[in-house]
Amino acid sequence: MTTQAEAPHRPPATQGRESFWYLVHAEWTKFRTVRGWVIAVLVTIAGIIAFAFLGADVSGGCSATGGTSSGTGSTSSGAGGTSSGTGSTSSGTGSTSSGAGGAAACAAQPIGPGGVPVIDAFYFAHQPVTGNGTITVQVASLTGQVTAAPAGSELDEPQIGSGLQPWSKAGIIIKENTSQGSAYAAMMVTGSHGVRMQWDYVNDTPGLTGSVSAPRWLRLVRDGTAVTGYDSADGTHWTLVGAANLPGLTGTVQAGLFAAGSSVNGDFGAMATGTFRNIGLSWPATGWTGTTVGGSAAFGPGQDGTLRQGAGTLTVAGYGDIAPAAGNAYGGSGLTLQRALIGTFFGLIPLLVVAAMFVTAEYRRGLIRVSLTAAPRRGRLLAAKAVVTGAVGFAAGLVAAVLALAVGTHLLRRGGSLEWPVSLPAEARMAVGTGALLAAAAVLALAIGVIAARSAPAITTAIVVMIVPYLFALGPLAGANGEAPRWPLLFTPAAALSVQQALPRFPQLIAVYNPSEGYYPLAPWAGLAVECGWAAAALALAYFLLRRRDA
Amino acid sequence: MSRTARVAPPRYRRGQARHAAAALRAAPSALHAAVAALRAEWTKFRTVAGPWWLLAGVVALTVAVGAAAAGAARCQSAACGTDPAAVSFAGIYPAQAVMAVAGVLAIGNEYSTGLVKLSLTAMPRRLTWLLAKSAVLTGPVLIAAALAVAGAGLAGRLILPGHGFTPAHGYASLTSATDLRATVGAALYLTLVALLSLGVAAAARDSAAAIGLVLGVLYLFPLAAAVVANPPLARHLQQIGPLTAGLDAQATTGLGNLPLTPWQGLGVVALWTAGALLLGALVLRSRDA
Repeated sequence: MTTQAEAPHRPPATQGRESFWYLVHAEWTKFRTVRGWVIAVLVTIAGIIAFAFLGADVSGGCSATGGTSSGTGSTSSGAGGTSSGTGSTSSGTGSTSSGAGGAAACAAQPIGPGGVPVIDAFYFAHQPVTGNGTITVQVASLTGQVTAAPAGSELDEPQIGSGLQPWSKAGIIIKENTSQGSAYAAMMVTGSHGVRMQWDYVNDTPGLTGSVSAPRWLRLVRDGTAVTGYDSADGTHWTLVGAANLPGLTGTVQAGLFAAGSSVNGDFGAMATGTFRNIGLSWPATGWTGTTVGGSAAFGPGQDGTLRQGAGTLTVAGYGDIAPAAGNAYGGSGLTLQRALIGTFFGLIPLLVVAAMFVTAEYRRGLIRVSLTAAPRRGRLLAAKAVVTGAVGFAAGLVAAVLALAVGTHLLRRGGSLEWPVSLPAEARMAVGTGALLAAAAVLALAIGVIAARSAPAITTAIVVMIVPYLFALGPLAGANGEAPRWPLLFTPAAALSVQQALPRFPQLIAVYNPSEGYYPLAPWAGLAVECGWAAAALALAYFLLRRRDA
Repeated sequence: MSRTARVAPPRYRRGQARHAAAALRAAPSALHAAVAALRAEWTKFRTVAGPWWLLAGVVALTVAVGAAAAGAARCQSAACGTDPAAVSFAGIYPAQAVMAVAGVLAIGNEYSTGLVKLSLTAMPRRLTWLLAKSAVLTGPVLIAAALAVAGAGLAGRLILPGHGFTPAHGYASLTSATDLRATVGAALYLTLVALLSLGVAAAARDSAAAIGLVLGVLYLFPLAAAVVANPPLARHLQQIGPLTAGLDAQATTGLGNLPLTPWQGLGVVALWTAGALLLGALVLRSRDA
């Protein structure tokens, strides 16, 4: 028969019926009229929100967080290793004095300028100075030493080698006062990262490279609230390294020399010793006072440093670090806003079941034949189903994430333990990203459903590829120093979890940036792109098979 | 595979039902009914390709992932703290999902094809039917699980010593009684997962819902234990979750720090399985098929 013969028989509505959005509407009707599926989507939303209460509940966390015995089966079993790892690194104190954990977790983390939680624990040889001026010094040497860890705690105290740590540091510093968290700017030599200028905990700029054995001259110039850092190899030719603006600097500040052993994971078992010569102060000298910043406080360095004055030299030795507290990974408490979204997995399971069934149920009941008779262009039917599942997943994820973030923010603030201020764009990224994560996961499950054409295998595949990689990343395959393998969250659909990362990552901190501490190997949107790539690939295969096979 | 599984059972079933009915007529005692049920279920099981593919998948996945994990594992010092059994048996994480599918489909396929009505007509003793199904599933599943963990353990034994898991680093032997117990524990764990899935499927009477429930029960406990801020609660979650309790049975290092002793861990998994089968039996007795 010809098209002319057929055309008059077409009902007037056909044009509309053939439009893609009509198909989407039909699929949406199929979806919303199955009571069990709607309930499952509601369970998804409720699950994510409910777990925000559990994840952000820090009422028992104070005594509990730091108090667990060290490395309870740290690597012996998957889940066991993870949670205890969380506990054991959280105290951020000088863990060399064993048993500091319980008290530490209850103390408030020092807060630096900008509301950032910080580690501010070092040895400071200082004197009060008023007004503008300059401090200049020649660093003669920088050495390091790691005290022996208490027996049985080697897993808690990962150090690199036995001496100088890569970020062991000593140098000159101008600091608002000697209390923890006050504003500062410092020029320093480091174990293996050359000369650096750092200020207000989060800022880090490189200067001269190479080791300290070549002469290193450091200079800080204060002009009002501006502090400028210079370095030099000979004491006559100076190079600008960085300029800091520190609104916190009042009239009289503390200037002097400092040393901090730094270390790995914020466990301060290392000591750094800096020897200084040719110390020049433009301010009237009043004599050096040695202070352990942080002292014996919970977030202090754990051990006191020393100040030795010789003929023309000054030797400063100290433990601790001056740095941002990067979650559990480095000296922080790990109670970040990301905890509010831990329910994502709990929400994923019912959503993936429904998304796969959205097509496998049609196969089982034979409805697929009716669907394909009504919409013979199979690609369009698949696209319509993908649009509906994706939209349902996105809406459920977005609504749940917004509510979960609100709940989590409230609970963590009330507990006084919300770590790291999350900007509004970052929070929006976490919420929208969670919606996108669920949307892509739902489309992936739908595509697997078309490929497998049966419920149980399709659902299982979808759940396994979304959840097992994260379980792997949590623990059972941890390598040296408890470092989780990277591949599970690099190449699998579970990589999308990176979109929920709330903490920034700092190159100047050596830490095990594990998923259990809230760090993911990929950038937020890159991780989501990996998941979308999987969903697209599965959809392409589904399209190919759907066209090729009989229904 | 899928179509075979859906279409084939009735064809085999016809002769089988006659056979079972004949057996019942001849000897109506409970014992003979049980034997007849076992024979009928075994014929159903062995003549469909699906379960065998799934069990082969369990073996392949356990061994392949375990070997890959062993190939990637490194132990550079005596303090690396890695449990070699946890590395070798890493494949159990994904493989138990396949095992769960095998368990769910053993019952779920009867419901999705409507075969269950025929089965229960032929075998009105519903509990006998469920027990026969469980027993028939147990044999092949146990063999597959044993093959899977033996293969993964062997791969680990061949690969791991070359990657630093040496006596110098505190791994004296990978064939001690502890390692044997871990291997047996892993095999029993996989078997119990299959039976747990069968029980859940009998209770849920729908493959899709059942597999979602089983995987939720398995995977969510370790996730929840990892994220709660309260360590005592996390430890309790590890004690009651079937996957985490099952891991205790597979551990070979740090035994003093486990949330449960290995056999207690296996006992928790067995309790979950028994509970699921009991629930399945109650639902099966009280509801129309």
